[in-house]
Amino acid sequence: MTVVDGPVPVLDVRGVTKTFPGVIANEDIDLTLNQGEIHCLLGENGAGKSTLVNVIFGLYKPDKGTVKVRGEEVKFAGVGEAIEHGIGMVHQHFQLIPVFTVAENVILGDELTNGPFLSMNEARRRIRELEEQYGLIVDPDAKVGDLSVGEQQRVELVKALFREADILILDEPTAVLTPGEVDDFFAVVRSLVDQGKSIIFITHKLREVLAVADRITVLRNGRIAGTADPATATQQSLANLMVGRDVVFQVDKGEAHPGEVALRVEDLSVEDERSVMTVNGFSAEVRAGEIFGIAGVEGNGQRELVEAITGMRRKAGGTVEILGHNATKLTPRKIAELGTAHIPEDRNKHGLVGSYSVADNMVLNKYSQAPFARRWVRNTSAVHDEAEELVEQFDIRTPSVDVPIDTLSGGNQQKVIVARELTGDVDLLIVAQPTRGLDVGSIEYIHQQIIDRRDRGAAVLLVSAELDEILSLSDRIGVLYRGRLVGVFDGADATREELGYLMATGSTPDTEEVAS
Amino acid sequence: MNDRLDKGLSGFIRKIREAWDLQPLLVPLGAILLSFIVGGVLIAMIGVNPFEAYWALLRGMFGSWDRVAGSIARSVPFMGSALALAFAFRAGLFNIGAEGQLLVGGITAAWVGTLTFMYHTPSVIAIPIILIAGAVGGYVWGWIPGVLRARTGAHEVITTIMLNSIALFGVRWLVNSRDPQILRDLTASVPRTKAISPTAVLPTIVDSQPNLHMGLFVMIAVCIVVAFVLRRTTFGFETITVGTNPNAALYAGINVNRIIILAMALSGAFAGIAAASEVSGTNQFFQPGTFAFIGFDGIAIALLARANPIAIIPASLLWGSLLAGAPLMQLEAGVSIDVVRIIQSMVLLFVAADAIVRYVFHIRGEAGHQMESVATEEAES
Repeated sequence: MTVVDGPVPVLDVRGVTKTFPGVIANEDIDLTLNQGEIHCLLGENGAGKSTLVNVIFGLYKPDKGTVKVRGEEVKFAGVGEAIEHGIGMVHQHFQLIPVFTVAENVILGDELTNGPFLSMNEARRRIRELEEQYGLIVDPDAKVGDLSVGEQQRVELVKALFREADILILDEPTAVLTPGEVDDFFAVVRSLVDQGKSIIFITHKLREVLAVADRITVLRNGRIAGTADPATATQQSLANLMVGRDVVFQVDKGEAHPGEVALRVEDLSVEDERSVMTVNGFSAEVRAGEIFGIAGVEGNGQRELVEAITGMRRKAGGTVEILGHNATKLTPRKIAELGTAHIPEDRNKHGLVGSYSVADNMVLNKYSQAPFARRWVRNTSAVHDEAEELVEQFDIRTPSVDVPIDTLSGGNQQKVIVARELTGDVDLLIVAQPTRGLDVGSIEYIHQQIIDRRDRGAAVLLVSAELDEILSLSDRIGVLYRGRLVGVFDGADATREELGYLMATGSTPDTEEVAS
Repeated sequence: MNDRLDKGLSGFIRKIREAWDLQPLLVPLGAILLSFIVGGVLIAMIGVNPFEAYWALLRGMFGSWDRVAGSIARSVPFMGSALALAFAFRAGLFNIGAEGQLLVGGITAAWVGTLTFMYHTPSVIAIPIILIAGAVGGYVWGWIPGVLRARTGAHEVITTIMLNSIALFGVRWLVNSRDPQILRDLTASVPRTKAISPTAVLPTIVDSQPNLHMGLFVMIAVCIVVAFVLRRTTFGFETITVGTNPNAALYAGINVNRIIILAMALSGAFAGIAAASEVSGTNQFFQPGTFAFIGFDGIAIALLARANPIAIIPASLLWGSLLAGAPLMQLEAGVSIDVVRIIQSMVLLFVAADAIVRYVFHIRGEAGHQMESVATEEAES
């Protein structure tokens, strides 16, 4: 490894512009990546981060501008050429084949052969080398499907390094990791740059940027909104750059005034599609006027828990009581009629019908009620009027209420769901991952709506994988681990560290009893 | 005040635009044109002038008032069988059991039509009874795969194929068997049921070949009602929601299983009504062979009409007319009836592979939109 004195640019992007029909995804972007640094690319969804790295990685051809790798101008015709130039990319959604072993996945597409046969021993040896060099601990013979998400990500890194990449593009690498795994991941990233690799790190999480970046570039609406020095930048200053205005971080939240129990779940067990008991002996109570947050690493039964409570999934055991009624065996329609609103985890799968108009989606759960229908005949003009009113009230950006909802941005789609669910009387609000994939502005807005509902006396059950979201909204916090609550905290007392440890291990660091 | 006027005006303009939006018609029309061109090449290859052949075909279809009436008459049952596919399709189901649903509906209608009380019942009551009997028969034959799908998850494609066979061999047995005699008319030279009561016969409008009867209006009315149900009723909304996104339907509180069962059963009923109208209006008895391929052709017609109940009416008319005109082409130009079948199949092929039609006729359309929206999504992510 040669020792360098001044910064040596390994990647130099100048004036890149990329448009899609009707959209300018990137406009006149300059970006320099020096040898051995971590350059963070920060921006909201739709700011153009992915487009930019796809240009660098050879997936898109820029309309204008140049890309230089180690001083040489390149025009990649495809990903293969980018890889030949030592660029590696780890996508947000892993591109691994679960039934193959780690070694098989690593050599896939670049198979080491000995005549017509794969030379797996050679592959294993080189993976072990990488493991030693960078502290990337993976077992080459483990099946990828059996690995944790954090381990799978290491496999993706090994895959890129195996192809001798020294410019690494990491697209939202921490989105799927637990707080503990994030720390391990940062250690790996540090050891990579210490040994001369250069990294473009894409994220929208401000805390991480400040923890890991050597340099920060903020994108907004396809343009560079500014650059920042992590030594002097604050979360607030970065957020303002990202959004283009002052962002209120701390949600304005008064004291909770808990009332009657609105939701009581006792010893609930639920199976998932594979007949695995993913919710196992879950018990909790949520009172009117409070937000009960459920923290937990994804895949610990959150989805099945919410679906069971809302009547969408059969319960294997236990009882659910909603607003004084036994709701264990009720249908989703009946549960909604008791005064329950549900903002589902997956808006495209459950919350919306993509090909339906904004207006039809606005009444998806009340299309058969007056005034939207008289007996069996729908009143489309009433639907239209209601939709226009809600679009106005909830500030939803759409050309009209008649366009298909899948033409709207994710933030506006989510606002449609929020508008629909928060109209009328809501006594119990069940909210799952309400701000996933949304920009800072929409997140602020949706959080405020949830708190308003609490203040108006609704009981709120909030399920989220974002610990920050749980911490800033919840009055009480429960940690879900393997389908059970392993701890309940007061929202004001809980710390990230405490919750993170419990989320990852299911137990507290000491032998002390879990606070409840 | 001004605002309201503006709003009303823009709504009005929008409606006119929608009414004149011919975009959805372009691909089917292009597919038809393209099929005739390719069919013409085929005909030329066997040494026949394709224009002469097509001229004979056209005269066979519409060459006289009698032929026009005959062509329409040929088309009537297709409306029901196409509706059977289209309605289920809107609920996300692929009902290829219209063939069996027609047979069961037809034999039920024929059986009810020969019951003694029908002979003493006036037509205003007897005709609705025989039509309802057909609908009930088809309903039951559609309900079975619906229940199997909803309760056990058995795929309706498999179950409807099997139920087609069961229906076919079942009605053959009922109609063929002499000893014991079940439904066979022992005096007839071919296996068929007894003639239905004259009071249950749908009146003939034109005594063409085949005769055009009031079943035409029955089937058009059914198409219109179904269009209204899908477009404007809560049940239609539920059906299309289940068909488009069953997960969202479940979330919205729709009883998905109930809709699946009902959609399949009603689909069967539409086929059943068509069969009853044929039994009552055309033959006055039931003979299994007369329904061969009507159910399968319904799949093709429904696809051509893009599962739109109103579009099924012209699509059926086209289909039936081609079949009615083909014999004259064979007679005069010596081109086999099978060529019409080939052309029909090509129409479907081109509708399914619509990219070909769009390319040949430079139709910009949904495919283009899709590509655009994908690009936008990528730009946003």
